[in-house]
Amino acid sequence: MAQETMSGAKIVLKALVDQGVDVIFGYPGGAVLPIYDELFQQNQIKHVLVRHEQAAVHAAEGYARSTGKVGVVLVTSGPGATNAVTGLTDALMDSIPVVCLTGQVPTHLIGNDAFQEADTTGITRQCTKHNYLVKKSDDLARTMHEAFYVATTGRPGPVVVDLPKDILMLPAPYNATAKVKHKSYKPQVKGDLKKIEEAVKMLANAKKPIIYGGGGIINSGPGASQLLTNFARTTGFPVTLTLMGLGAYPASDKQFLGMLGMHGTYEANMAMHDCDVMLCVGARFDDRVTGLLSAFAPNSKKIHIDIDPSSINKNVAVDLPIIGDVAHVLEDMLKVWKSSQAKADAKALDAWWSEINGWRKINCLAFDQGSEIIKPQYAIRRLYELTRGRETFITTEVGQHQMWAAQHFGFDKPNQWMTSGGLGTMGYGFPAAIGVQMAHPDALVVDISGEASFMMNMQELSTAVQYRLPVKVFILNNMYMGMVRQWQELLHGSRYSESYSEALPDFVKLAESFGAVGIRVHKPDELDGAIKEMMAVDRPVLMDILVDQKENCYPMIPSGKPHNQMLLGPVAAGTEAIADEGKVLV
Amino acid sequence: MQMSTEIQCHTISVLVDNESGVLARVIGLFSGRGYNIESLTVSEVDPREKLSRITLVTSGTEMVIEQIKAQLSRLVPIHKVRDLTVEGAHVSRELALIKVAGTGDKRVEALRIADIFRANVVDSTNESFVFEIVGKTDKLDAFIKLMEPLGLIDVARTGVAAIARGAEAL
Ligand SMILES: Cc1cc2nc3c(=O)[nH]c(=O)nc-3n(C[C@H](O)[C@H](O)[C@H](O)COP(=O)(O)OP(=O)(O)OC[C@H]3O[C@@H](n4cnc5c(N)ncnc54)[C@H](O)[C@@H]3O)c2cc1C
Ligand SMILES: Cc1ncc(C[n+]2csc(CCOP(=O)(O)OP(=O)(O)O)c2C)c(N)n1
Ligand SMILES: [Mg+2]
Repeated sequence: MAQETMSGAKIVLKALVDQGVDVIFGYPGGAVLPIYDELFQQNQIKHVLVRHEQAAVHAAEGYARSTGKVGVVLVTSGPGATNAVTGLTDALMDSIPVVCLTGQVPTHLIGNDAFQEADTTGITRQCTKHNYLVKKSDDLARTMHEAFYVATTGRPGPVVVDLPKDILMLPAPYNATAKVKHKSYKPQVKGDLKKIEEAVKMLANAKKPIIYGGGGIINSGPGASQLLTNFARTTGFPVTLTLMGLGAYPASDKQFLGMLGMHGTYEANMAMHDCDVMLCVGARFDDRVTGLLSAFAPNSKKIHIDIDPSSINKNVAVDLPIIGDVAHVLEDMLKVWKSSQAKADAKALDAWWSEINGWRKINCLAFDQGSEIIKPQYAIRRLYELTRGRETFITTEVGQHQMWAAQHFGFDKPNQWMTSGGLGTMGYGFPAAIGVQMAHPDALVVDISGEASFMMNMQELSTAVQYRLPVKVFILNNMYMGMVRQWQELLHGSRYSESYSEALPDFVKLAESFGAVGIRVHKPDELDGAIKEMMAVDRPVLMDILVDQKENCYPMIPSGKPHNQMLLGPVAAGTEAIADEGKVLV
Repeated sequence: MQMSTEIQCHTISVLVDNESGVLARVIGLFSGRGYNIESLTVSEVDPREKLSRITLVTSGTEMVIEQIKAQLSRLVPIHKVRDLTVEGAHVSRELALIKVAGTGDKRVEALRIADIFRANVVDSTNESFVFEIVGKTDKLDAFIKLMEPLGLIDVARTGVAAIARGAEAL
């Protein structure tokens, strides 16, 4: 390959183009001006100017999760980089591939407390999968490509490349190709065939099997969801998914038990508790999922497919770990199942399904929609029903509305559901929706939001308007930080300390002041019309839906309780829903 | 599955790229995840390939030790992680420099014990010695304890370096 020489800033852009990047989310400043100057002089990469660097990262996450590609962020040194930290941590916790380019003061000033200097690699070391400080021009091109390789392979995650301004200005060779081979970093994608055979035996002998799938299936790509669906159909086993896994198995399928965990369905949690063989596929036994660890699926043998060895035996000791990529392992598992002519124990499975159907009859997600006050669950149900005909992507903020969205909106395909699971970042959903809409200009993109969360990144209305992104914000306005209020009710004697949403803006006027559309909904019978109007408008819309302020999110596994001790609804006054050992848990 | 909940001490060898920040990554991992470091030593061992070797002594339950190894392996600049305690016989050594100040009987007694422990005198004045001692951690601990009543005033220890016995390399 002939070596070309060009400025560092040009190399950065060339590397992005060679990586197939078409859009980046960013915010300028002194240290990255050379890159902005190059951006100005080209038209292969579109830049979306956000209004806060945290939003740039969330937008990149939304873009990444909805496309399976990398999300790219560009921010300046110092405050630009520190503002990005929450987004990077969010991407790390949820395994989202993001490459974040940060400006840095010139190399000779590093360490001098120079203007807008921050120790970006120091600050982000614990909240990235990996980070780089480019100190030599010669390393620039290779580092750029390596960043993409690390972000996207194995267990995906955010990678920071810190770029001193002199490196951006000096000429350097473009001496690397987009294909990277790394000396020490080599994730394993194929699973051990012996273990897969053993897994098939365990599953074929199971009397009460369950498949517990997670975000790793989404990370593995749409093919993995297809394989999971085939495997479930072939075996007839019940499937439950984590919050991060929703969409990996069709919600409308009769073998789907709904989400599991703290706000999962009664049937999913009971089936987890009583199962005898558990197949965990790309999920990480999070505390929101397991409940009380010592009583988690106590009579089960556990098989765990995960690409990251550190996810194995982290919280729960498993019997059969299989390290590898979900799609690769499931493909082999299906082959082995068929070639070994394995058969599920039909009689046992029938009995298991009738037990599960008994739990289903409890109808744990039921709610009473009267004629006066909108129930938040009802609003989501209507949104789901009315959008079924359209390609729809849902993002959420964090709180009760997020859980209701997970419970009541059905996802039949992967990559259509974007939520902040691991970090639980309020303010994630709206910028994420902007990122999704950039990737899918003709789709309907709705951020299911709470009034408090929306205010954490509402400045992005300006971004949405500037780029004519018709994102919809579906605020379930309960005038409370509802999830906080719910915990205060259950744990702290209904003393609602600082959880009332005081002094809210008029959301309709707020939208209008940005040049977006505002719609307020008071009554259940106005809802359908409002949703249809929202869908018809080809501009950003802010829906202010006044919902029942007292509604709590059920079912719920109280902190420190096992799966089979769910609360299905409000507890009688005076009973302790959560014991003291549960109160210390978050 | 059940795993042992007994706390065990493990010596782990880690081969890393000798690049800036790599030690911070390892230490940050231990502090961030609340693991113990009983000893950590690092030095470049392959200048051509720019590789350093870290020897870590840590303690925890079986599950925690397994996590530590998996988390270390996950760091991008880490080439190899080997648990010497699990993999079989290994040799581990530590070096200490120990300053003892005093005169008269105590001084003589210190010299006598140093001799038994095969510690060398590497510096001496009329009222002090610096001993150099090499051995396993518990040998060094024992020597230091004996020096305490004899005028021990300063200790510098290298931490543990360890290597597997036999013909195999890391
Ligand atoms: C208010 C609130 C309430 C919540 N309540 C619940 C709840 O009730 N139920 C619930 O489920 N969650 C809930 N969560 C989310 C929870 O905190 C976790 O984020 C979530 O459970 C983790 O999902 P996961 O196990 O699928 O793992 P992810 O975080 O998606 O991790 C994916 C796993 O798959 C592995 N992986 C990645 N790529 C691959 C690949 N290609 N092949 C194989 N493996 C791969 C990774 O190594 C990792 O172990 C809640 C969050 C919030 C904010
Ligand atoms: C950045 C951030 N700060 C604080 C929290 C803690 N928290 C979790 S839910 C919640 C309330 C959310 O209120 P709202 O957006 O109105 O949603 P609701 O629960 O009412 O549906 C808070 C404060 C958080 N998750 N993220
Ligand atoms: Mg609210």
